[in-house]
Amino acid sequence: MNKPIYFDNAATTRCDPRVVEAMLPYFTEKFGNPGSRNHSFGWVAEDAVETARRQVAALLGADRKEVIFTSGATESNNLAIKGAASMYAKAPAGSSGRGHIITAMHEHKAVLDPCKRLQKEGFEVTYLEPPADGVITAEQVAGALRDDTILVTIMWANNEIGTINDVPGIGALCHERGVIFHTDATQWAGKMPVDVNKDNIDLLSMSGHKIYGPKGVGALYVRRRRPRVRLTAIQEGGGQERGMRSGTLNVPGIVGLGAAAALCAEEMEAERERLGAMRRRLETTIIEQLDEVQVNGHPDKRLPHLTNISFGFVEGESLMMACKDIAMSSGSACTSASLEPSYVLKSLGVGDELAHSSLRLSLGRFNTEEEVDFAAGQIVESVRKLRDLSPLYDMHKEGIDITKIEWAAH
Amino acid sequence: MAYSEKVIDHYEHPRNVGTFGTQKEIKERKDIGVGLVGAPECGDVMQLQIKVDPESGKIEDAKFKCFGCGSAIASSSLATEWLKGRTLEEGESIKNTEIVEELSLPPVKIHCSVLAEDAIKAAIEDYRHKNGIEHD
Repeated sequence: MNKPIYFDNAATTRCDPRVVEAMLPYFTEKFGNPGSRNHSFGWVAEDAVETARRQVAALLGADRKEVIFTSGATESNNLAIKGAASMYAKAPAGSSGRGHIITAMHEHKAVLDPCKRLQKEGFEVTYLEPPADGVITAEQVAGALRDDTILVTIMWANNEIGTINDVPGIGALCHERGVIFHTDATQWAGKMPVDVNKDNIDLLSMSGHKIYGPKGVGALYVRRRRPRVRLTAIQEGGGQERGMRSGTLNVPGIVGLGAAAALCAEEMEAERERLGAMRRRLETTIIEQLDEVQVNGHPDKRLPHLTNISFGFVEGESLMMACKDIAMSSGSACTSASLEPSYVLKSLGVGDELAHSSLRLSLGRFNTEEEVDFAAGQIVESVRKLRDLSPLYDMHKEGIDITKIEWAAH
Repeated sequence: MAYSEKVIDHYEHPRNVGTFGTQKEIKERKDIGVGLVGAPECGDVMQLQIKVDPESGKIEDAKFKCFGCGSAIASSSLATEWLKGRTLEEGESIKNTEIVEELSLPPVKIHCSVLAEDAIKAAIEDYRHKNGIEHD
């Protein structure tokens, strides 16, 4: 067992060696530009890109013509949201009342910030407040729909807590009402099954490096039939990717994304089961050995490989420091000057002190059961050590309600 | 973020961890001063207790507990080391900048040293208050 152990697969994954193998020739002997139509270097590159397009389309249940390659999920989100808003705007740029967009408070910043930008440009945005379990339902979206709603963007699975929104239901509702539906599937695609037709999706963002592919490459699914979705390009130039995303294609990256998608499709079922069992083992071990522990988000509507746990009376950053052999994420952003805890946990109503003391562990293809057992042991030991140091845990044991103390916030 | 060696040393081997009794017991004891500063929602709470020898007026023992990041733990651990053997006035003169320097705290962690200084001042103030000592 190599240390530190990597349990931050929701942040990024190790590139699968089989993916790297597939990419390598496209740096050297097969270096052509797929836009070069008049020689074999270009044709070879174009063939490789089209193979990758088919592989990504197959993972999503889409047609290959519906896949646009981008630099990653952030770009896909920007293109989907800004591109659709601009295309379907109800009034020209520079005026107000250009249309209404629905999203949720616990979306990724790559969705929230484009929405905020659009607010400055004459669009109105509703940010749905998630319930305590973190799951956005079709009913909740229905309650926010207006006659001038042009776009709904709701992520499939949340990156911090792994909760799963009712994407097929929200999509059905949007199609009924003639509203474009985008989903940020960065944490979902490649790990869980997608069928863009059955799931009623118009636009879907995904990333290469979350699915054991390379960084710097991603895809946007853009529906071509019923309805045909059109986007205003953000990046203009050579007209690549049906004019929606100009720029010479990142051929090695795209080949890697395609290979990663094919491997995910092949291994998805077995991997889901294996990681789900490991996640349950991790949670059970921790819960059995420690008091005042809370698993955040819906108990079942969660990704099988991700868990977000709050440990009462210990602080997240020191917990990460104690768990020095485990690479994971903290819900606390104590390293920033703002001292703001995770906005995702806050939006679920998790108290600031529990949000500060939360850990996100995300398992992946290369993790083993041995690593899970080691990590659970180190987390339990660290929490115990820090609770011995914690004045709050002492007070709790003495029966003092720390929420009733008048703290001098600084 | 990378921590300095001294922060890691204090974090892994914190000095003078503990209390001189339960919250209730401490309230009754006149020889103990307590400083409880910070707030759980901010991610830092420091509790510093000093035991003062009424004869000499010197801090004969100090203990801490801390809920916070590694730098907060190290700052409070260091504070207990520095307080032992000092008079109240000497203790009060400890500046957060000295803690920053000793632990090589980066700018984002300066608030940890400020909190430790606040805890020192609060503990000394609490002792004085309990014993009716006027101070300006």
